[in-house]
This record gives sequence, C-alpha cells and structure tokens, in this order.
Amino acid sequence: MSVTSVTSELPTLELDGDHVPFSLGETIYEVAQRHACEIPTLCYDERLDPLGGCRLCVVEVEGFRSPVASCTTKAVAGMKVRTSTDAVEKHRRTLLELVVSENPKARIDPLRGAASQELTVLRNRYDVDGSRFEGKTSGSTRHDDKNPFIARDYDQCISCYRCVRVCAEREGDYAISVMNRGFDTQITTEFNGLLDDSDCTYCGQCVQTCPTGALGDAKAMRAQDDPAPLKATRSVCSYCGVGCGVDLLSKGDKLVGIRPARDGGANAGALCVKGQFAFDFVQHSDRLTEPLVRKDGELRPVSWDEVLDRAAAGFAKAAKDHGRHSVYAVASGRAPHESTYTLQKQIRGAFGTNYIDNCSRA
Amino acid sequence: MSNPLSDMEEPDVIFCIGTNMTECHPVAATRLHQARRRGATLIVADPRRITLAKRADIYLPLKVGTDVALLLGMAHVIAREGLVDSAFIESRTLEADAFLEHIKAFTPEWAEGICEVPAVDIERAALAYARGRRGAVYYTLGITEHICGVDNVQSLCNLVLMTGHIGRAGTGINPMRGQNNIQGAGDAGGLPNNYPGFQSVEKPEFQKKFSALYGRQIDGECGITKVRALEYAVDGKMNAMLICGENTLVSDPDRKHCEKALRALDHLVVVDIFLTETAELADVVLPASAWGETDGVYANTERRVQRVRAAVPPQGQAKPEWWIMSQLAKRLGVSGFEYESAADVFNELCEVSPIYKGLNWERAGAASYHWPVPYDGHPGTPRLHEETFPSKTGRGTFKRIEYREPAEVVDDEYPVWLTTGRRLQHYHTRTMTARAGMQYFVPEETLEVHPKDVEAWGLTDGGKVRMASRRGAVELTVEATDRSPRGTVFGSFGFGDTAVDDLTGAGYDPVTETAELKVCVVRLQPAVPYSEPVA
Ligand code: SF4
Ligand code: SF4
Ligand code: FES
Repeated sequence: MSVTSVTSELPTLELDGDHVPFSLGETIYEVAQRHACEIPTLCYDERLDPLGGCRLCVVEVEGFRSPVASCTTKAVAGMKVRTSTDAVEKHRRTLLELVVSENPKARIDPLRGAASQELTVLRNRYDVDGSRFEGKTSGSTRHDDKNPFIARDYDQCISCYRCVRVCAEREGDYAISVMNRGFDTQITTEFNGLLDDSDCTYCGQCVQTCPTGALGDAKAMRAQDDPAPLKATRSVCSYCGVGCGVDLLSKGDKLVGIRPARDGGANAGALCVKGQFAFDFVQHSDRLTEPLVRKDGELRPVSWDEVLDRAAAGFAKAAKDHGRHSVYAVASGRAPHESTYTLQKQIRGAFGTNYIDNCSRA
Repeated sequence: MSNPLSDMEEPDVIFCIGTNMTECHPVAATRLHQARRRGATLIVADPRRITLAKRADIYLPLKVGTDVALLLGMAHVIAREGLVDSAFIESRTLEADAFLEHIKAFTPEWAEGICEVPAVDIERAALAYARGRRGAVYYTLGITEHICGVDNVQSLCNLVLMTGHIGRAGTGINPMRGQNNIQGAGDAGGLPNNYPGFQSVEKPEFQKKFSALYGRQIDGECGITKVRALEYAVDGKMNAMLICGENTLVSDPDRKHCEKALRALDHLVVVDIFLTETAELADVVLPASAWGETDGVYANTERRVQRVRAAVPPQGQAKPEWWIMSQLAKRLGVSGFEYESAADVFNELCEVSPIYKGLNWERAGAASYHWPVPYDGHPGTPRLHEETFPSKTGRGTFKRIEYREPAEVVDDEYPVWLTTGRRLQHYHTRTMTARAGMQYFVPEETLEVHPKDVEAWGLTDGGKVRMASRRGAVELTVEATDRSPRGTVFGSFGFGDTAVDDLTGAGYDPVTETAELKVCVVRLQPAVPYSEPVA
C-alpha cells in the first residue's frame, strides 16, 4: 500500500505502544488527539496559544522524571509517550480534586456556554466531589455587574485564563485581565470595574470558551427553568455579510439563544455582539402576524386570500392603465435567495420588464 | 471579495480603507488580528480615528471624500521607486504605460494638498504595501458611497494591478458586503441589468433563455435602478411598487424625497417582518417569516453559499417570502410557481445559473462551496483571478482616474463636513436590533464632534445641537470625542427619530447611482441658546 510510503517520510513517535506519524511543530496533545486518546484538558482551547496552566493533560514520556504537559510539549521523533498509566491518572485526579475544591457545588446549565460542561464532564469521569481540600476558593462573583449579556459568576472560576486569552489573542480587545495569584486570583477589567466601563465589545467569546460556566450567557440563561429539551439548529447569522455559522438554540417553540459554530467557515468560532446576543427580534411582540390592507385610510387585518387578491389586483391595474413599466420591485438584501429569485421571476414573468433592484445602492 | 475570509489571516501587509471593520464586520477583524499577531503591517486610511486606526502601524487620516487623491499619490510613489511588478503587468494587464505616465503628475505632495495626509506617511504606506509579499486591500461603503465610488474602487484596482497583489493567498481586493445576503440578492437576479447568476439582460442569448423559461417575452434592455424608480414615482411615471424587506424610507438618502415618491404611488405593497416606517405607508402589508423561522440559502461576502434553517415556527400567520411571491404570481396569471419548498426554488436557481450549476440544496447544506461552482463535482472557487480577470481579454485594465470634489464642499454657509456610518451594536435601520436588546448600548443617537470644535462652536458635551444641511435639519446630542477630526462631524444612520440621512444624499455616482451618503456639508448651532452659567 502507498500509505506506508507517505507516512515513512514523516517522523514518528510511540503513542501507547503504537508508532504514529506527526508533522513538525505539533504538540504531543495534537498528535494524541488525532489518535483518539482521551487526554483530559481544562486550560486548552485549540484556537489559543497553549498555556500549560492546569496540567491535567500530563502524560509520561520515557526518559523524563516527571510527567509533562502534553498541550505545550512538542512531539519529537522516537519519543515514547504513555497517555493513561495509573500514575498519570492518579496525578490528574489529585489535580482535579484541588481545582474542584475551589468551586461551590452547583449544577451548571448547558445554556451558560458552549464549553460550560467541560469541568462537569471531568468531575464525573474522575468521580471527584471536591470534599478533599474543602475551604479554599479563588475568584468571587461580580453580583454588581448587571449587564444583561454576560454573567460573571467567578465563584466557579478555576483560573484557566481561557477568557483572558481569547479576548487578547482572538479578539484583540484586551478587555479583561488577571489580578493577583494563587487563591486570590480574580479575572477582572481595567480598574476592576464593570464590563460596561471596559473595552469589552460583548462578543461573548469568553463566555463560549469558559470550561466551568463561571462566565455565562445571561440571555440564554433566562430559559434555564424551561423543562423542554434544548435543541441546536445549524444556521447562519442574520446580520452582516461575513456570514458567521451559528447554532440556534431552542426549547419547544421558543428561540432561547445563539452559539457560534466552531466549524463555521467564515467565523471559525467567533461572533460579534449582534450575532451572539441580538436575536430577540424574531419572537418580539411587534412582529407582523397578520396580513394587512388599507381600508378607509387604516391598515386592517384580512385573510391571506383577500390580501393576495388585493395585492395582485393593484399590480394588474397599474399595468393595464399605465403600461407594464409602471410596476417596480425592490428585493431584499436580508432575505434568502429564494425570496429574490421568486420576486424577480414574478416581475419578469408577469410584466416582461427588468424593473427590479435591490438595496445595495443605499 | 476576491479572496476568502480565511485568507485574512495570511497577508503580511494589510491596507484597510473606508472600512470601520471592528464595528461593521467585527468577526472579519478577528481574522485580521491573527495576521497582525504574526507580524503583518496594518495600514488604515479613514477620516476618523476608529479602533482599527488606533491599532494601525501606519494611519492615514484623510479628509472625507479625498480617497482618489491619496491613492494617486500612493501609485506615484510605487512607480517612482520602481516597485511595480513588471512580470505581472506584462502578463496580466492592459494600458500600463499610459497609466504610469498619467500618475507622474500626482506626487505625494500634491496629494497632501488635497487629502491632508502628510506626504511622508503617503510614502510610507505606499512603500509598505508595494514591498509586502502578500498585500491585501479591504474596503466597504466608505469607498463606494460617494459620487466617485467607482473611481475610488478603480484607484484601488490600479494599486493592486501595479503590485500584482492578487490571485494568491493573503492578497486581493476585498469589498466587505454590509448585509447578510446582499450578495445573494444579486446572485438571484434582483438587478435591473442581470438575470439570476449575473447573466446580462442585454445579451440576446440570455434574453431568449429566460423569456422561454419564464413564459413571456422579456425586455432586451436594462431596467431602471431603484433611485430612478423613486424619481419616476415623484413625477407620476411609476404607479405600483412591491418592496421586500427593506425600510426604504429610513435607509435611503434624502428621506423627504423618498416619502414623497412612496406617497405618490397608487399601489404600494410591502413584505416585512415588522410594520416599518415604510410599511406604514403601504396599501397592502404582507407578513413574512423571519430568520430563524425560514429555510433558505444565503451567500456571504466571500461568495460562500450556506443554508439557513428554521428552528422555530413562524409567528402568527407569517409566511416565507417564496410562498408569498408564488401566490402573487399565480394571481397575476404566471405559470411556473408550483414550488412546494425553498429547496424547489433554490434548485431551479442553480439550474438556470451557470455559476451555481454545480450546486443544489443538498450541497449548499455543506456550507463549504464558494461560487462559481460551474459543474457537478467542481470544488468551488474560494479565490478569484488566479489566472485571468473576467474581461474579454482576460486582462485587467489600468484606468486613468482624476480627482473630483464631492457633490458638496464646505463654504461659508455650511462650513462643516458631515460623514455617516454604522455602530457596532446596530444594523441598518434598527428594525431588528432595537427589538433585540441592543439599545442597551446606544440609547440615543449622538453626533461625534472633536472636543476643540465643541468649544469653538459654542456647543457642550452632552448638550443638544441643531445640525442643518441643504436638505433638512435634525437635533442631536453632542458627544465630544477625538475620534472625529476637527471640522468633520460623524453621525450614524438607523435611528428613525433623528434620521441623520434626512440631511445626506447630495449626489449620486453617475455609474452605479450609489448615493453619496458618506459626505455632505452642514452647519451647527447649539439647540438651546447658550446662557452664562449663574456664578
Ligand atoms: S465579551 Fe469579548 S470583548 Fe468582552 S471580555 Fe469577553 S472576549 Fe473580551
Ligand atoms: S472565568 Fe472561566 S475561562 Fe476565565 S479563567 Fe475562570 S474558569 Fe477560566
Ligand atoms: S490543558 Fe494542558 S496544561 Fe491545561
């Protein structure tokens, strides 16, 4: 087979007994992930520079006295790596116990954010309840920050700095930073104030990367008590021309939140404040819910049949009285292709003119 | 865009002009940030000290409406320093000699006299852009919404052609589209000059094809633009209009003129999700299903074709627009509207459009194709112009552009420049964002004025100002900020109550009929007479 000839050109390392190829520059974690090894992580987000902070991703490498963090250690040809020995698993469990002991026991609703279940999942996997190192906490919740978008529940914070890193590395906003060290660590803004008074743009990226739910999508969390199952529907943002991939979160017939699509071709997991938070218009009470026709100067609700008859009759009359060039259509730059396609087909098919334009000129 | 969004992480020189990217296309800005982190040089040309300008390595604070002068100056420097890509010019362009002769007159010092950017900075920017291995240009409405919009774009094309920064990763000339599916509105044939898939209505072969498809003879000449149609309406030459999902009244320049036009119609039908200011003038209002309730297809600014999906049922009796149009068409006696789903409609669009030929509803679901996708099995075209340009000769032609003044220039009566734009949290006429909690950020429209001008003109930060142009007047709250340069004020459009656009719209680009929304001249005075504070 030709596969061997291709792979033989790449360096290899030994991963849990298997010889696997890798590309120069890859970390042990990246190689292991490709081979479906289940190495736990907390401070890792593939879009960010690896930090090596939580050390949950440790593995054993032959010739090294202590385990190394796989997310920051580069793969080297001939390396012998073991990802889940008893010693490593014990080490991880102890680390996790320490981390978890900082947090009050609380159910973290998945509506808080895309990564919000990461710590909960590991807690269950390692069966850690947090009682072993009781009494130590780091970070305290900012009850005073009443912005309607981002809950800052730092009692749940584990100091992985993913929020600070995503804000700096991906957004370039540098709105949040780390204050103090150790058990006094606190994620904060300049002058330790409210997000409103910082450079925060409310893009929500920190919320979506937080592995504990310490940062929560406050708008989505309004639906926490709704018992209906949470459904995600892949779509595209309704605002600008970038076309970010999103998942629409719904419970029953209610739209409850938005999540950026990590695999969105245009956005690669990013969103802005509009895409992330400005969806309430869909089910707003101001929505037009009935067809309307002007009668005696007032717009009044009528049936679809009547409204369509009236709309069509008006166009037919204009064309009959003033010629087919007296009818014009304006297509929408917001509606989907099918809207404009049927609109232009109607104008061209009914009147034989090219009397149509869209709103791109203004 | 000539290049895909992912290419925004690749350039080593970035030239942003007339784009407030961190506010209007924030996610695109996050991709540029990745190039910056790898050491790319950022050049920003904008009258206002926007966030992007603060992040720039080279900032060019040009006077509003003088882009052509700046770009001519840059072209001059590139040619003078021998930084033109001769191999590229030789193999891919036309009329280079005449162009290089033309720009000899336009020194950076000449440009400085018009655009007020120091000549040394024009030199620096030109050298940086030309010396980069991968240089990419990004622009938006700040370039096109001028009477010289086409000249501006052509001037950028000249820079791209002389340096060969096109057709490769991390290069190109990249307009960023404003609305989610404005690209799709053109793709699907919502244009007076093109059938779906940009097939010209003036070409007999396409005219024949679509006349046969749509079951009647269609005019062989272009229709008129919306701007012209509104003028006709005022003159009584247009009688009926069908407006789909656009708050024309608030988004258009010169609101009074627009309102007059719409009121003059015998029959106005509006399809929308809210009773907008425009819908309130209508004879018939048809409720459309909204985003989140509708299945369909969008094409983004990089021509990526993607599906939107319904997650919740439509509110009340709202219906998808394709259904509404089909019902109307049937009543107008047109056949060929027996669609049962959005998929049926989209598949027909693909069949009749060569650039969509290789796509269908299923494939659009992958969200990974950039048109053109000319045949089944074609991978799509994320990057344009790799080998040729879309012209008869396949070559790009240099154009000899001259600088022209905006339709209005400051004078004694109207001594201040007004320029308009958008705010991060808002979108067009705010019909959506204002109903989605975004008024949290900008509860009231403000007029940005330089602090020294606030003082010089007797205004107060947070106080009211009355701003008048030749077309109207509005009252606004003053925000003192050095984002605006001295002598130029900024307001955003999209607030029905203070509509800054009542004032703009002094002229149109003669080619595209795009309104000059970016510049007009105004005079300002405190709205409440100033009185000495009591000591
Ligand atoms: S919302 Fe965005 S800008 Fe604000 S702190 Fe989070 S990542 Fe930074
Ligand atoms: S708030 Fe969340 S993302 Fe930020 S450091 Fe704490 S746990 Fe990590
Ligand atoms: S994931 Fe590697 S150190 Fe945290």
